[in-house]
Amino acid sequence: MSNPTKIRASVKDGITEVRALMQHEMENGRRKDEAGKLVPAWFITDIKVQHNGRIVLEGQFGTAVSKNPYLVFRFRGGKAGDKIKLSWVDNRGDTSSDEAEIS
Amino acid sequence: MINLERRRALKTGGGLGLLGFLAAAGLVQSGTAWAEKNSRAFEAKTIDETLDALGVIVPGNSAAIQLTAPEIAENGAVVPITVTSSLPRTEQIAILVDKNPTSLVANFIFPEGTEGFITTRIKMAQTSSVIVLVKADGKFYRASQEVKVTAGGC
Repeated sequence: MSNPTKIRASVKDGITEVRALMQHEMENGRRKDEAGKLVPAWFITDIKVQHNGRIVLEGQFGTAVSKNPYLVFRFRGGKAGDKIKLSWVDNRGDTSSDEAEIS
Repeated sequence: MINLERRRALKTGGGLGLLGFLAAAGLVQSGTAWAEKNSRAFEAKTIDETLDALGVIVPGNSAAIQLTAPEIAENGAVVPITVTSSLPRTEQIAILVDKNPTSLVANFIFPEGTEGFITTRIKMAQTSSVIVLVKADGKFYRASQEVKVTAGGC
């Protein structure tokens, strides 16, 4: 049900830089809709990024990460063609997992 | 409710002599213990509560942490934050906003081989200090910067 995470990864001088844009509303639970009803909190709680199956970044989010969370991070050891996989789970139990190749 | 002494120590970063510079116990735990601790940390309303929940006690400032945030954020819903830690073996970076309804924004764990560097975008309800906690080689350090928010977005 979720849109795929956009992942760009490129390697330079042995350092792989990963840029990821997740697609998620990140509702904080304090916003009211047009009818004045509180919109329930709905946000990504955990993310995990793997390089060829090895975890290179883990994160936990609260509600104050911006809508469509964006991350940039760097790790050593990637090479062109390797797979980068980003998975997340939100507080409703929805999950998403997307892959990209290092360029 | 707020421990002023501690709050002052936090603000000035001068808690070293006053409260002692304590290396916190390992924050990263596996399984449910971590999950429970984690949810308590994310529900904490103040920096003090968040530090308690994370098991961090007034870490010292470090010049080896570079926090890049705008001085003025016109849109509090999207405030870009970059943290670069040149501390050897940076294991964890947590981002906190003092005056948000809940202080802890995000917590990142860096396995061996991942650089002490993260960029993300956060929501800020109002003008506040942004505080980053960095755990390196088992010890916590901090850095902070004030961000003026002209339109809150929390």
